[in-house]
Amino acid sequence: MNSVIKGASYVLVHTPDMVYYNGTTQTTEMIVNPESEYLKEVKSNLRSYEDAVKYWPNQTYIGNVHPEELAGVEFPWYDKKKEDADRYGKYGEIMPEEEFLFLVQACDQFEVVRLDKDFVAEYKDKFAADPIIGEDIVAMIHEGVELSEIEHFVNEEHAEGLYFNDKLVGCVKRAHDIDVNLSAHVMHENLMSKASSVLALLYAVRNAGIDKAEVEYVIDCAEEACGDMNQRGGGNFAKAAAEIAGLVNATGSDARGFCAAPTHAVIEAAALVKSGAYKTVVVTSGGCTAKLGMNGKDHVKKGLPILEDCLGGFAVVISENDGVSPEIDLNVLGRHTVGTGSAPQNVIGSLVADPLDRVGMKITDIDKFSPEMQNPDITKPAGAGDVPLANYKMIGALAVKRGELDRKELANFTTEKGLTGWAPTQGHIPSGVPYIGPACEDIKEGKIKNAMIIGKGSLFLGRMTNLFDGVSFLIHGNTAAEEEAAAGVSEEEVKGLIAKAMKDFAATLMAE
Amino acid sequence: MDLENQKRVKEFAEEYGAENLVVVLGAAEGEAAGLAAETVTLGDPTFAGPLTGVQLGLAVYHVCEPEIKEEFDEAVYDEQVGMMEMVLDVDDIVSEMNAIREQL
Repeated sequence: MNSVIKGASYVLVHTPDMVYYNGTTQTTEMIVNPESEYLKEVKSNLRSYEDAVKYWPNQTYIGNVHPEELAGVEFPWYDKKKEDADRYGKYGEIMPEEEFLFLVQACDQFEVVRLDKDFVAEYKDKFAADPIIGEDIVAMIHEGVELSEIEHFVNEEHAEGLYFNDKLVGCVKRAHDIDVNLSAHVMHENLMSKASSVLALLYAVRNAGIDKAEVEYVIDCAEEACGDMNQRGGGNFAKAAAEIAGLVNATGSDARGFCAAPTHAVIEAAALVKSGAYKTVVVTSGGCTAKLGMNGKDHVKKGLPILEDCLGGFAVVISENDGVSPEIDLNVLGRHTVGTGSAPQNVIGSLVADPLDRVGMKITDIDKFSPEMQNPDITKPAGAGDVPLANYKMIGALAVKRGELDRKELANFTTEKGLTGWAPTQGHIPSGVPYIGPACEDIKEGKIKNAMIIGKGSLFLGRMTNLFDGVSFLIHGNTAAEEEAAAGVSEEEVKGLIAKAMKDFAATLMAE
Repeated sequence: MDLENQKRVKEFAEEYGAENLVVVLGAAEGEAAGLAAETVTLGDPTFAGPLTGVQLGLAVYHVCEPEIKEEFDEAVYDEQVGMMEMVLDVDDIVSEMNAIREQL
């Protein structure tokens, strides 16, 4: 029987200070053009926490707004506020920066994170008040240190500063004196990814309604690498985050594949469960500090606030078929192969049409497609257009070329089969997976029958291959009852046949 | 335009001569195509990459522009670009590209 999606979580962490100090658009500018007008304008164009919470796409991501409701909100969205917005949603929360720094410290097992004692005194209780944060995590917070000590590490020992309201409140020290893989910069990036993954794991377990001890395996699908000079990507974020989240019976490993990794990871998890290797597997990922403010220059130039001010995280719990939850159908897997080629129609063909062909389905048989779900409010002002819409047009155009759709229906196809993007542009975060949560609900409520999740990745960025990558899978309603019914009838039939044969045989004997 | 791509374009121009290069773009939006075209003609408008202040003045076209389309075998073009041609706002791309070329 297919494995099922037991629950999903989606979390955001509002980190405006990290936009300035850690986003690569800004840190690159500090190197190549330190006196630039843009750098001077960054801080005054950052949003407040309240504005980030009231931002419609963020409320959609954490589950307070359905994607269909977002599609009905007049575009653009950056200048509109959802008035009854809430920090907490059914999938997760939008954690403020000052609280997140405590979670980062809880994730630090090597005492590289130091927080100022006044900052700890002022905000520790606020962090502890978050209902998802247990006493076990609060107990991992250290006493604060003198600010002078932090200043020493930042000024003399290459530590990365931790800021709140543009004031130094802590630091991440280097974890090795000469190994660049353990530099303060890398440790900072990795700890932020790990901490946001922990937050996603905590919500995923809660949302799935399972006990933490039930999780047997965790797959991390972020885009960072942890290791040292002898094994730069040694790993393993998955187990490291599982430890902090209290998943005592889990081990795990990291899956990588740029933005395609989450979809690869979900397929792997579904296969691990279906094979019987593990009963419950969680796919998780934290966010990426490097991508904060990635399109900031365009946003500032066009008079928008810097919209890429949140780290994203998500987690999906996949377990044995419970007879209720939506299934991942491993018979419908799309894959962009080495031989597929890079022409867009080959790419869409391999990810959408080929897997459907293999089971005799058409593109129009799919109710919703979830490809790259980037928020167009972020990408359009940056000249990258509406990414999900571009995907829907391509899928529709392929259906037209295959004779499955009338060309006149192309415009309807994009609205009927598509979704408006709402996910932060954190690379792997918007890639197909943001719709898994809403899709499961839509399927359970009977609004849709199925949804295809598509992940794509730009492998060429790693300079190991010029190839692109992508995989896809299908979610549909639970079929356990039908399967059991089908199996039950045939078993009875077999029993009936045997009984009849025995009876006939007995009759023959009697006759003799 | 990606900083590494800017570096490669600059190196090709030095190696083969700017007059011997044609840059063919595949950007999905007029604005993105225009920015890339500007980078390889007038210089990097974002002042971030190796082509900042470097006016290479290269010949640059989008793959959906008629001048480039007629260079292709029709069947190959349909197989490789046909679907995207159906999807893209080709008129917008052409007008953005012309606007940049006119500045040369």
